[in-house]
Amino acid sequence: MERIPILRIGSLLLVTIQVDLYDDLALQLQDDLSTRIADLGATGVLIDISALEIVDSFIGRTLANIAAIARVLDAETVVVGMQPAVAITLVELGMSLPGIRTALNVDLGMEYLRQAATGGDGVGTDHYAE
Amino acid sequence: MIKLLKMMRDNQDRILTDWLDGLKASARRRDLIGDVEVKEHARKILTLISNPPPNTVLEDFSSEGWQTVRDQLMEISISRVAHGSSPSETAQFLLSLKPVMFQLIREQLTTAPDELFREIDVTNNFVDAMALHIAESYIQSRDKVIARQQEEMLELSTPVVMLWDGIVAIPVIGTLDSSRAQMVMESLLHAIVQTNSRFAIIDITGVPTVDTLVAQHLLKTITAARLMGAECILSGIRPQIAQTIVHLGITLSEVVTRSKLSDAFRLALERSGRTVVQKAGHAPVVAPVAGVS
Repeated sequence: MERIPILRIGSLLLVTIQVDLYDDLALQLQDDLSTRIADLGATGVLIDISALEIVDSFIGRTLANIAAIARVLDAETVVVGMQPAVAITLVELGMSLPGIRTALNVDLGMEYLRQAATGGDGVGTDHYAE
Repeated sequence: MIKLLKMMRDNQDRILTDWLDGLKASARRRDLIGDVEVKEHARKILTLISNPPPNTVLEDFSSEGWQTVRDQLMEISISRVAHGSSPSETAQFLLSLKPVMFQLIREQLTTAPDELFREIDVTNNFVDAMALHIAESYIQSRDKVIARQQEEMLELSTPVVMLWDGIVAIPVIGTLDSSRAQMVMESLLHAIVQTNSRFAIIDITGVPTVDTLVAQHLLKTITAARLMGAECILSGIRPQIAQTIVHLGITLSEVVTRSKLSDAFRLALERSGRTVVQKAGHAPVVAPVAGVS
């Protein structure tokens, strides 16, 4: 079965979604990620969805679930690179994903996670909250 | 009917002259359309009616054979719309053909009252059908003009400006209806991607009223921007609008708001780790700078 690779960078996990994310694949990713976070004691998860062009409510909910699971396992999740069309679709679906942190690109997301990991409350980038 | 058409062919010049005289007599606004153009239109219509394809009768204006006439009428209506004629003036142009035709038929058929009446009836119906058609074409052409103008207005009214590296602003001007809100959202989100901006300022100084629908549109845009990883600041909320928002019970608690664009800009600079300082040796500005209220 097809799998989405999860890369480890220090204490962070990087996932880049470059294929169409169908339901089974999303569930598989959720499963794999939770295992990896627990095994490695990762402090942050970065999900790059810049190549994702189609999204539905299930994918939106799975993303929210991943973030919630990660939080339970003491890791921060940042979703980066969401396309305008995807953002509009999610908003129109009524999914504002309040529990997910977002960033424009992998760079900024990484910066945020590093700051969050070094004890600082992510000062300077922590304005996505509320 | 062949007879009537033949009559028209034979007397085409006379009909044209009388028709144009009739048009001149009616209160036509000559400043809008020149005589030459009116004459050209009248001549084309007459020629087309007098020489229809075979098996085409005057009784049935909607038949295939009159398509050329209908196309010509459409063309005339487009030019009329462009010149600013009113629909009634446009219809009057064709209706003026009636008395001319009646006169002609009466002269030619003095001895046959039955036939005379029938021909007049047919002519009457035909000209009416043409007048209705041109009125409809007129409305269609005008709708097209309006639709085009609306589109142009949409494009004009949603510019995204870059204030600083990583800070974009969109000044919204005019009422935010659904289509405009969609436009604002799309252009802002694309600008965020293109310029890689972490801050987006939506300035609503130019929005006359904010009701629940407008607020909902704004909230959607702000949420979408947040999903993409940019932070939105809402600025330009006038005191009256702030009151309206509170009275309507709209909660903007999740949105960062500032009353002025300059305040929002300052906030964006601060949050991106920048400060604006007064250079030493420069006198502080006492009088307000022009253009800043």
